[in-house]
Amino acid sequence: MRDIAPARFYALHLAVIAVLFALNFLLPAYHHGLMARILVLAVFAMGYNMLFGYAGLLSLGHSMFFAAGLYGAGLAVVHLGWGAPPAFAAGLACGAVLSLVIGLLSLRTSGVAFMIVTMMFAQVFYLAILYFAPWTGGDQGLVVPRQARVLTIGDQPFDLADPQVRYLTALALFAAVLLACLALVRSRYGRVLVAIRENEERTTMLGYDTFSNKLAAVVVSGTICAAAGAAYALLFGYVGSNFAGVQYSILPLLWVLVGGAATTLGPLLGTLTMYYVIDVASGYTTAYLLVVGVVLILLVLFFPKGILGSVRQRWLGWLP
Amino acid sequence: MAFGPHLLLATLEGLVSAAVLSLTALGLSLVFGVMRIVNVAHGEFFMLGAVLAWAIASTLGGHPALGFFAALVLSPLIVGAIAWASERLVLSRLNYDPEATIVATIGLLYIIQQLALTFYGPEARPVAPPFSYRLSLPWFGYSAYKLSVVAAAIVLLLSVWLVLTRTKIGLVMRATQYDRETAQAFAIPVERVYAGVFALGAMLAAIAAVLIVPISQAHYLMGQDPLLLSFIVVIIGGLGSLRGTLVAALLIGLSDGIVSMFFSPTLAKMIATLLVAMVLVFRPQGLFGATQR
Repeated sequence: MRDIAPARFYALHLAVIAVLFALNFLLPAYHHGLMARILVLAVFAMGYNMLFGYAGLLSLGHSMFFAAGLYGAGLAVVHLGWGAPPAFAAGLACGAVLSLVIGLLSLRTSGVAFMIVTMMFAQVFYLAILYFAPWTGGDQGLVVPRQARVLTIGDQPFDLADPQVRYLTALALFAAVLLACLALVRSRYGRVLVAIRENEERTTMLGYDTFSNKLAAVVVSGTICAAAGAAYALLFGYVGSNFAGVQYSILPLLWVLVGGAATTLGPLLGTLTMYYVIDVASGYTTAYLLVVGVVLILLVLFFPKGILGSVRQRWLGWLP
Repeated sequence: MAFGPHLLLATLEGLVSAAVLSLTALGLSLVFGVMRIVNVAHGEFFMLGAVLAWAIASTLGGHPALGFFAALVLSPLIVGAIAWASERLVLSRLNYDPEATIVATIGLLYIIQQLALTFYGPEARPVAPPFSYRLSLPWFGYSAYKLSVVAAAIVLLLSVWLVLTRTKIGLVMRATQYDRETAQAFAIPVERVYAGVFALGAMLAAIAAVLIVPISQAHYLMGQDPLLLSFIVVIIGGLGSLRGTLVAALLIGLSDGIVSMFFSPTLAKMIATLLVAMVLVFRPQGLFGATQR
């Protein structure tokens, strides 16, 4: 991969961002709103992909990192009366601390035990949200007040609930995370992660401290997911416990699998595809989870590499 | 009610949930032990057993005992057939790769759950117990049916244990668990053993569900708690260890019954889950388990 000019990677990713920017002016209102949501959730999927795709660690508990950002930001606004930027930072900090603690504990296990442990920690987090209902709103959730959802740049206030501002803010976050992920996976550190995924013992033998590299991957992944959660709370104004449930741990896995694990653009493609598949399917039937189930099984049976993974294998070997 | 009788009541309730839990967890543990895969859809087989029990009992009508015993025979058979088919069609083609099977069984979970919601509906429905005799203790009356559930579970657990340790089938299963390749070299049909074990695990969950359905009703989301509790039991008992599973089921079932009678159930569940996660982190072989190879 070294011999290909990095210009090509950045050109491809900047082109994707440019298309998304153009869509802001072209999409009809319904799809415009949907797309803003997809961009935020694609950030969640990218965070998941860092750990699952690159480091090869399958977590079944990532909803807790998303929810940490969601509640970190939401509770800071509702109970402490913070503005949007410090609340976003609070969400990030919650995600970083939580992922550090969870990483330190759960990385002592591996394989199946790692999946179950992460699922259990997420379940504890979910139950804790229900238990502390007086502060978190329990299963009703909380509405983030609209007057707090304002981003002031210079003297100009931007209302985050305005569709245009919301879309562009989501796109800005998406673009920043996408480029950061690209830089990260092309760095030395990204290669060490892939080496750990492919053969951990050999990587240890080459003199790398695999534990701290994996721990860093958990923290990076958890923090990105928390960023998505915090942005979700501020942009869409709702903080709810269903985002901490098992389903929101499975969904990023599904999105990454559909788009292609260990590809930088796969998470976006997977989120986009699944969101529209479910959107179309729910027009015909209320049983959209059935679609999720069938897609999951068909994917692991016939398409284990996902869309971009297969494209990379067949045609574009250079795809990051 | 005074503290003593209250505790007795809690213990009896705990015994009933321990009985059902040990059957369900044993199914999960067998599948994990022999096939080395985690079946996330296990709770849905439990739910399916209960829902089918309602369907069978309400179709037959007549005396409650007739419907109940028909359900006790038919429902596990149907669930076993579904499990067998999904093993043959999906899991065997994935070569039992741990990550792929987890994803596939998650898919199975969603499919079964949604189909149940579509065809059975969101209501919770009861099945009449085969007999409604009440034992009158000095302090309170207690349903004899609940005690017979405990007895039935003990009989079933004993027979599974006998099959595993005393019969040719059990020997074949243990050989497959111990070393898949060598077993195959000795002409053991490993593929068929896997399919059988997967079906057996699902059937145990279905039997447990049929037993519990006259006490708690059938509902399409009822598989979630047994799944989590079974995970807890299997982990505490040591993954794949049969004796550990039984001891842990008794421990968890009893303490779940007693704790949730005196404390908030959410808090109890929260602490239990956290403790179990810690066990898995610091003592991965389980509290009673033999060390894994």
